[in-house]
Amino acid sequence: MNILKRLLGIIWITLGPVVLYWLIRTGAGEIAKNPTANTRVQWSVFILIFIPIVVGLVLFGYYSLKGEYDNGK
Amino acid sequence: MSSKTAAPAKDIRKIIIASSVGTLIEWYDFYIFGSLATVIAGQFFPKSNPTAGLLSTLATFAAGFVVRPFGALVFGRLGDLIGRKYTFLLTLILMGGSTFAIGLVPGYERIGFVAPLLVLLLRLLQGLALGGEYGGAATYVAEHSPDHRRGFYTSWIQATATVGLFVSLGIILLTRHILDPDTARSIEKFNDWGWRIPFLLSILLVAISVYIRMKMQESPLFQQLKTEGRLSTNPLKESFGHKANLKVVLLALFGATMGQGVVFYTSQFYAQSFLETVCKIDFDQAKTMLLIAILLATPFFVVFGGWSDKVGRKWIMMIGMLLAIATYPVLFRQMLSISSPDGRAELSDQKEIRTSVAFIGSSSRDLIRTSSTLRHYDGGLLVTETQKDTVFASGKAAAKPVVTATRTLGSGDYWKMVGVLFLMVVYVTMVYGPIAAFLVELFPTRIRYTSMSLPYHIGNGIFGGMTPFIATLLTTITTGNKLVGLWYPIGVTAICLVIGALYIPSRPRGLEA
Repeated sequence: MNILKRLLGIIWITLGPVVLYWLIRTGAGEIAKNPTANTRVQWSVFILIFIPIVVGLVLFGYYSLKGEYDNGK
Repeated sequence: MSSKTAAPAKDIRKIIIASSVGTLIEWYDFYIFGSLATVIAGQFFPKSNPTAGLLSTLATFAAGFVVRPFGALVFGRLGDLIGRKYTFLLTLILMGGSTFAIGLVPGYERIGFVAPLLVLLLRLLQGLALGGEYGGAATYVAEHSPDHRRGFYTSWIQATATVGLFVSLGIILLTRHILDPDTARSIEKFNDWGWRIPFLLSILLVAISVYIRMKMQESPLFQQLKTEGRLSTNPLKESFGHKANLKVVLLALFGATMGQGVVFYTSQFYAQSFLETVCKIDFDQAKTMLLIAILLATPFFVVFGGWSDKVGRKWIMMIGMLLAIATYPVLFRQMLSISSPDGRAELSDQKEIRTSVAFIGSSSRDLIRTSSTLRHYDGGLLVTETQKDTVFASGKAAAKPVVTATRTLGSGDYWKMVGVLFLMVVYVTMVYGPIAAFLVELFPTRIRYTSMSLPYHIGNGIFGGMTPFIATLLTTITTGNKLVGLWYPIGVTAICLVIGALYIPSRPRGLEA
């Protein structure tokens, strides 16, 4: 189980930037499609609030990879 | 907390009532704004003014997403520094005052740009207060509870969010219908000024709750730390600056609250929006079906909370998430099928066409011509298509007609739909009932309020609150599949389930001072 947790850590580390990239790409597409202040604000809020969450997910993955969540720890 | 120092059963009842009533009122206050968003937009955020439209977006996004976690940080810190009692008293007053004030703000037509600005500020205060309330109430009740009953006692706090939604929908529906004996006129009056009543009513509810809460004592565990001089001097740094606690905060977020928030919002809010905008169910019928489902499912918060004291918190929450992932597509497809006229025989002899003409305002000679076609299908389904045309006396070319369609279900389908909604709310009770006890048991008393509030409000406010927006966005990107909006809740819940199932320890722990 501990090995699985550590291996999954790599997935969580990768998932963070992938989600952020998807958000930025989709946001840029939506703003280009409908370039109003409303769309810009909406997507800026989405992306800004997700940056610390993505950092958190990467950190979670890092701790997981380092064995911080191993049983008995 | 050991059983020896826990509050006696009689006192714990008072503690639960005082805490739950306040939290329920806070949820009520928060939801009435959301439920009345369309009416409020018409009063304060006219579409003709782009700046007002921008403020409307900010009011929705900023208060729902950004401010709640900030409220968790601000009031969580305060609760760990000065105590739970005064902090969650403060959040209650802040929430009640803001809600009451929204009911008093004159419309855009009277004071112009100041109106949406005031509403935005008050909405931000609401979000801030909500971010501080829940953690205080859950911590307060948990710190009075014996270890073997903590899940049961804190589940009453968990039920308040759903009951708050129930009360807000109930009061809105009631107010819409009591302002005039004629329903259409009553709704017109409600949209004009009656919407203020649910906001103004809040001050009465808050006054009662503040009175009850004033009589309560500080949490015994917090009091003990204070007496021993062991309070945290910097709860934010201790909660998020030290690896030992930060890794638990991250686990709470990604392994529990993220999925819980998404299941909560999908089952109660996205389902409601899906009923009205995709299934085209009549507004009142959609609301009453949800009300009944909530009423029937609410006792399960306490059932699952109490059960978690015996079998552990983790697996009840995980099974709730698993059921949601596995059955959301089936249940939402069922909602589409129940409300669809496809495959039903039309009762052609009962088809009706109604037309009416009304002047726009008292002095204008311009007209609105309304034409409604009512089609009846077997099973009692009624589909009403309404077309509104504006006819200008000056001969000016008419604007594009507004066409709307609503469906009203027959009795059998109505109860089938209630059954579908009931199942979804039961999932909410599974993931939500045990979570307060789960969160408080993860963190030590000196930083509990701060540490548990942040993951809870990121999970609920951000991951959960974004559900309707992302689901709708997915629908616009991938047209043709009405269920594509479910990929967001299913994906997020699946990740949370894997993390929760693998990383969270199974058995509950006692509360340590």
